[in-house]
Amino acid sequence: MSRRAATAALTLPVGERDHAQGPGDAPVTLVEYGDYECPHCGRAYPIVKQIRQRLGRSLRFVFRNFPLRESHPHAQHAAEAAEAAGAQGKFWEMHDRLFERQFALDDDDLIEYAGDLGLDAPRLRRELDAGSHAPRVREDFRSGVTSGVNGTPTFFINGVRHDGSWELEALVAALERTAAEAAARPGR
Amino acid sequence: MATPLPAGTPAPDFALSSAPGQTVSLADFRGRPVILAFYPADWSPVCGDQMALYNEVLPEFERYHAQLLGVSVDSVWCHTAFARDRKLHFPLLADFEPKGAVSRRYGAYRPGDGFSERALFVIDGEGIIRWSYVSPIDVNPGADGILRALEALTGASTPA
Repeated sequence: MSRRAATAALTLPVGERDHAQGPGDAPVTLVEYGDYECPHCGRAYPIVKQIRQRLGRSLRFVFRNFPLRESHPHAQHAAEAAEAAGAQGKFWEMHDRLFERQFALDDDDLIEYAGDLGLDAPRLRRELDAGSHAPRVREDFRSGVTSGVNGTPTFFINGVRHDGSWELEALVAALERTAAEAAARPGR
Repeated sequence: MATPLPAGTPAPDFALSSAPGQTVSLADFRGRPVILAFYPADWSPVCGDQMALYNEVLPEFERYHAQLLGVSVDSVWCHTAFARDRKLHFPLLADFEPKGAVSRRYGAYRPGDGFSERALFVIDGEGIIRWSYVSPIDVNPGADGILRALEALTGASTPA
């Protein structure tokens, strides 16, 4: 894991464009830049689920795409498939499916998952073939690069890069610390 | 930590092997920005991450018509194997003989260790260093500083 001296911050603030779980006015927002084919992100996936259960309504979780296409040949299409599912209102269902089936991310698998989730699978295939969601994935990627994402997963807590461990207890502690600071600050 | 040549300094020209029988010089890229990324060694874990990241970010560099060149003291054969293994799509230059000579001229060499610093330089189309940065040796410096420097560069001069 790499660290750097300067504090890196999100250059693209969390907004309407993002896929978010949890209340919009939660005191803490956790942003993950991830890659569906990255084994470390696969390991972070259940940790994030547990964190969401632990923090409940005080946490908003946002996922942005950072596919490392050269290392992970399926990562780009997997990211586009999640966005395509999002266009049909089921981003998180596809997001979960992709991490749970990280070992099977061929195009045919992606189409199959779309069918399983009750999506319009032929439409998803067309959009994958046409690269309809590629610009959005690229925008996520670019925002990560300019925000100091050096690898995946990279987390940001209220806009500031979290350079420490992302094991469950360490990440929960960092989030609770930020929540306490936010609560102590008047006018927020 | 070495002190890299600062912004405003003319970038020392060089000619280094990029592949068996091929030489790259800085002057080849006159007219467009060059990103020089010195790094300690092929195969070491952090470098791998750094070069792998830059490989992914190449389309962003290309938006500024910038050429990325990686430089370390490894030989061309080592670079060739490393680039093939990591599927790198930019040249790796061998600062191999005399060892580290180009790194030294840029203030990016660690004589005690015998390899280059993790040092970044953004050089403009006229061959002037516009930004430089040395990262702690075990820290991936990322690409955000490079992109900000390229952004500032194109903001300052009107691209053709």
